[in-house]
This record gives sequence, C-alpha cells and structure tokens, in this order.
Amino acid sequence: MNELVSLLAATVRVAVPLILAGFAGLVSERAGIVDIGLEGKMLAGAFAAAAIAAVTGNVWLGLLGAVAAAGVLGLVHGFVAITQRGNQVVSGMAINILVSGLSMTLGLAWFAQGGRTPPLPPGARFPELFGQDVLVWPAFLLVPLGWWVLSHTSFGLRLRAVGENPAAVDTAGVSVARLRYAAVLIAGVLCGVAGAYIATAQAAGFVRDMTGGRGYLALAAVVLGKWRPFPTFAACLLFAGLDAVAIRLQGVVVPWIGQVPVEFVQAVPYVMTVVLLAGFVGRAVPPRAAGTPYVKDR
Amino acid sequence: MRGIDKSFAAVRANRGVDLAVARGHVHGLIGENGAGKSTLMSILYGFYTADAGDIRIDGAPVRIADSRDAIRHGIEMVHQHFMLVETMSVLENVVLGAEGGALLARHLPAARATLRQLAADYGLEVDPDAIVGDLAVGAQQRVEIVKALYRGADILILDEPTGVLTPQEAADLFRVLAALRAQGKTIIIVTHKLREIMAITDRVSVMRAGQMVGHRVTAQTSAEELGEMMIGRRLAARLDKAPTALGAVALAVAGVSLHDGFGVPRLKQVSFDLHAGEIVGIAGVAGNGQSELLEALSGMRAFDSGRITLPNGAIVGPGDPADAAARRAAGLAHVPEDRLRTGLLAGFAARESAILGYHEDAAYGRAGLLDWRRIERHTAALMTRYEVRPLLPKLRSALFSGGNAQKLILAREMERDPAVLLVGQPTRGVDIGGIDFIHRRLLALRDRGAAILLVSVELEEILRLADRILVMFDGAIVGALRPDEADERRLGMLMAGAA
Repeated sequence: MNELVSLLAATVRVAVPLILAGFAGLVSERAGIVDIGLEGKMLAGAFAAAAIAAVTGNVWLGLLGAVAAAGVLGLVHGFVAITQRGNQVVSGMAINILVSGLSMTLGLAWFAQGGRTPPLPPGARFPELFGQDVLVWPAFLLVPLGWWVLSHTSFGLRLRAVGENPAAVDTAGVSVARLRYAAVLIAGVLCGVAGAYIATAQAAGFVRDMTGGRGYLALAAVVLGKWRPFPTFAACLLFAGLDAVAIRLQGVVVPWIGQVPVEFVQAVPYVMTVVLLAGFVGRAVPPRAAGTPYVKDR
Repeated sequence: MRGIDKSFAAVRANRGVDLAVARGHVHGLIGENGAGKSTLMSILYGFYTADAGDIRIDGAPVRIADSRDAIRHGIEMVHQHFMLVETMSVLENVVLGAEGGALLARHLPAARATLRQLAADYGLEVDPDAIVGDLAVGAQQRVEIVKALYRGADILILDEPTGVLTPQEAADLFRVLAALRAQGKTIIIVTHKLREIMAITDRVSVMRAGQMVGHRVTAQTSAEELGEMMIGRRLAARLDKAPTALGAVALAVAGVSLHDGFGVPRLKQVSFDLHAGEIVGIAGVAGNGQSELLEALSGMRAFDSGRITLPNGAIVGPGDPADAAARRAAGLAHVPEDRLRTGLLAGFAARESAILGYHEDAAYGRAGLLDWRRIERHTAALMTRYEVRPLLPKLRSALFSGGNAQKLILAREMERDPAVLLVGQPTRGVDIGGIDFIHRRLLALRDRGAAILLVSVELEEILRLADRILVMFDGAIVGALRPDEADERRLGMLMAGAA
C-alpha cells in the first residue's frame, strides 16, 4: 500500500513538466505550428530559473526568468515559422541544439561549476502546498482550463480553425499571424514553467541537458492524445507512471530474465506510442495545416 | 469600381477596369479563363489590393485593404474553393471571426436562431450541428452563403458558383439567389456560363484579357452577342498548312464517361475518332472536362463507362486500370497540361526529365542501372534539335523557362514518332517565338502521319492548328466544326453552353 502511494506521488511529480509541455505542444500544433522545440524551451526555462534563483535566492524571480526566456524562444520560433515562413521542424531543432549548447556555455562562464548552477538552498526552491510542490496544482488545473478555452471561447474556436484552414480564418477577417503568434507565445510560457519546475522543484539546480528528452515525450503524448486536451493529459500520466515504475525497477532482478536494463524501461513510452497508434487507438490525424506556413497568394 | 489596375509580376490581370453594380440586382461578370474576373472580385473583397483605381459604395469612396474592411462594408464572397474548416460544425464555421464575444456559450444560441431565420427567409436549409466535411458540395456552398449572410452581407460575390455543383444543386442555388434578390441583396455572380447569365442576372458585364469589354442589360442582349464580346474578334494568323491526308483511325473513343470523387459527372458520353494525319482541337473554357479527357486517354485515370481503342488495336474498357506505361507502349504519347507537376520532374536534372516514362528503355541502361553518359548524350541531342536553352542536360528542370521546359517535354514525347500524340495546353506560359516553334513541330508531326489531339483554352491556337474542332462544355462534346466555318460567334456560344 505504501509502495503504491509513493508510486502515485512519483507519477504526479514526473507528470507535471510533461503536462505543461504537452499542453504547450498541443496549443501550438492546434494553431498549425509544429513545435519540435519544446525540449529546448524547457531547457532554457530550467537554466534561467536555476541561474536566477541561485543569484537572487528567490525562486519566483527564477520562474519569471524562465517564462521570459522560453517565451522569447517561442517568439523566435514564431518569427521563423510565421513571418519568415521557414521550416518549422528545422527551426524547432535549431532551438533545441542552441539551448543545449548555450546553457552549458553560459553556465560555465557565470558559475564555473562545470556547467552546473550552484545547488539551491531549500529557501530557493518551490514551497509545498497541500503536501505537493506548489506548481503541481496549476499544472493539473491547466488541463480543464485549457480544454474549456479551446472548446468554449471564441479565441479557442479561432485557434482550432487556424490550424485546420488558415485561409478560412483570413477570409473571416481574423489575422492568421496574430493567432499563431499568440499560440507560440503560450507554448513558450508553458515550457518556461515546466523548465522552472524541473530545475527548481524536482532538482535543486541546473545540470547539463537536464530535461532529458521530456520535450519529445510530451510531443509523443500530444500525438497519442490526438491533439485533444484530456487524452493528451492521460497520455502524459501514463508516460509519467511508466517513468516512476522505471525508477523503481532499477536494479530489480526479475525471475527468468534477470536484471532489466533501465534503458529498456525508459524506451517503453516511445515504443508504446508507436504500438498504440499503429493498432489500438486508431489513426491520429494532425491539424490539417500543421507545419505549413500560410501563404496568401494563389 | 473605377480604373482598377492590378499586375502580378509581368502579367497585367486588370487594366483600367470599371464596374458599376446597382443595388438589389443580380449582376453577372462573364469572361474566359484569365480574363481577370477573379482578380477584380478579389480586389473588391480585399484579398488583393489594387495597384490603381478606387472603389465606391453608395457613392462614398471606401478603402478595402483586407477582408475585414470588406466585411465591414457588407461585402462577402463565396469562393470557388470553399473557405470552410472541414473538421468543425456548421455553426462553428458560421460564427468564426464573428462570434459576438469571448464566450461561445453566451452567443451560440443567438447564432442558432439566426440560422433558423435565414433558413426560413431564403430556403437555406443547413443542419447547424453537422460536420462540414461530411456535407455534400452543394450543402457546403449553402454554409458559405449562410456564413456571408450571418455577417450581414449586403453585397454577395459568388465565384463560379455552379462549377462544382450537380444540376439539382445548381437549381437550388438559383432559387436561393432569387430569394436573396427579393430581399434587396446585391449579388455579383462570376461565371463563364452564358446560360446561367441569361437565366438569373439583371445586368451583365463582359471582361476579356484584363479589360472590361462592355456592359449590357440582360433582357436587352442575347447569348450570341455576349459570346462574341467574350471571345472577341480574332485574326488567326493561319500557318501554311498542307492539306490533310486523312489516314486510318488511330484512336477511337466511344461513349467515355467518368465521375469524380464527389459523384459529379466530369465526362459525359464522349465519342470521337482520331485519324492518322490530322489534328483535332478540343476547344472549351477550362474545367469543362478537357483535363479529365486527357487523363482518361493517357492512362492517368480510369473511367466509368465507354471504350477506348488504342493505335495497336488494344481496347481499354471501364474496368481496366489506368496504366500510362501500357498506353505509351501502345503508341500513345502524352504532353500533359501541367508541365511542372506531371510533365517533368521539377527538382531533377533535365536529363532525368528527358527520359521520364521511357526510363526502362534498353537505350538508357541495363539491369536497372542507368547509363548516365548515354542519357546525357541523348538529352543533349534532343535539346539541340528542339532548341532547348540553355543547353545544359544537368540543369534542374524547374529552372528552364516555360517555353524551354515545354520544348523538352515535346522532344521527349515526339521524337519516337508516336502514332497518337495527346497535347494539353502546349503553349501556356510560352513566349511568342516558342509558340511558333511548337506549332511548326506539331504540324510536322501531323504531316508525318501522326494523329494529334490538341486540348487548349487558347482559341487562336486551335484555329491555327486544328483540322477539326470539337467543343467541350460541361463534360460533353457539344459541337464539331471545321476551322473555316468556326467564327467567334459560334465558338463563343458553344463554349458557353448556349447553343
């Protein structure tokens, strides 16, 4: 029983950044902008949060810095994808690579601790609320709120429409660019929060590439959730649960098989996405205009 | 609209165009493809901005920089390709951009009521909860009209509204338009179909080659006059043509029909014989089945009924797969209408485009390996003979100008002396010198005894080259005539379906 409770608690903790990043990806892609750069934006958020919290001793300033850093990267992605009509995958990849290198370089230059930020004292980490990290609550509230905005407000309607047929939105007299910029900005802000959680709630400082592929995992959750809020949320929980189990399986000897390599368990979410999509949950149809820049001329 | 000018790069799509539409009228705008109708309407709707000229509504000058301005002035357009989000419901599509406020729940009931009212007023029945993608084309068009009216449209522009409709759906549309007029709405209908103009408009304006040719009151004009205005007086500079030595039937087409994916008939009982040593020209406004005919004949598309007898005597029926390679092997060469998409490999080198479709020929390699040296020699020879410039077999196909790319394709298809050559729009986007060269080559091939089917929307081209002219309208062949008996009036009437 105790084991189960601690497994659930671990699941919740692991799920928070996945949910935030997953929702970031969902909003961006529903608006027609493919976002491979979730990982990089989260990492930028993690670095900014840890660095600022280490210097100022204030975790909330760190959160603010994380949101600002990831938000700016979101706008950079928007500039490439919306204004310059560039390739969205390339832009996202570029952000990932840039942040991975830049966070190390800046970390070395500023803190001279091998790319890490100085370990944070307890006061410079997120406090708890009702027995959980304070960020857990907004992350879980985000799902119903986000669903409600997407399906029950004009903004949500326009956002969904612009990812399916931007020309229809344009001829309806609504700016395609403004909607899409709003989407990438929201995505950036959410990734920033996710990054701050990773660096200043889960861990106590920044470590090289500490997001560890969670951005890609969040994207897999979006696909598995078919670009819908609650199913995406469920996929995030599922992946988080697997991750929590994986941590517990480390070193455990399974009869007949022996010790299960941890890499194997870590690969399970990706394998599951492929298997589930291939046979069990049916075809996942992305928003029709996702990945294509909107060009007005014929 | 006064003195409207609009150019796209070197093309002047509108030149000093004037258009006056009276309130509460159905106004027709008619012209051939590329006459500038759609451009003019896109300017009125704010999709493009004019280079010069001004727009007045009820006498007051207005500036329409984008769709929002147009909507504010009560102008709405029903596009030829619907501007709908297929995954959403009818109601969501209708309110998109005009939701009334941030919260949908507060405003959707009112929108629902408005939809019911519109349905009652104009006979525009649509289920607000249906998903747009599930609706038939005619119903989707109704959604577009409802969407326009919901936004308070006073002036409604319809671009080729019947192009995608079944006859029944078109009849429904005309009823709706009549109801709209009765309620005082102003309607501009853009079309190339004379019969529709005569049936439902009050006034009509005719455009040709980017300019306004004239305005008429529909009741005081005739389909003949409009057809002539639309086509214009054209002096076909005749080429010196040897008289035809008509040979045996090279290609026999008997009762070929086909439907597209939406069940709309695209070809209706098309029958004709193509003889060795003649050029048969298919005239018609684009979109009347010519493309489908070429696709069915060349093996790009299967058909529903009828029979095609190939030059080698083989018979292709409705159940047979579309197999372009088999048609080629039977002596049927094809120069497709869409040069960049189907004619050549845009991103590949000229030498690769030059063997496309014949790449399994033993002359180009063995055992699945291509012999690039031979291919390059061959391509260079073709390019020399057909004056393709620049003479660079390794240059990317897309980088050749329209005329040179076309000559490369013609070279590929003509150099084997096919028994039958199908040619679609051979000189679209080709300069004058290139046009002359291509025309002479086509005539030379005919004089060597090939049968040529020439599909073109350029009437001059048809009049210049063809030994026989067939006119297509709405998927059927509606007339057959000799070039010397084909005057503008008759052709115009046939092409607009008024004969």
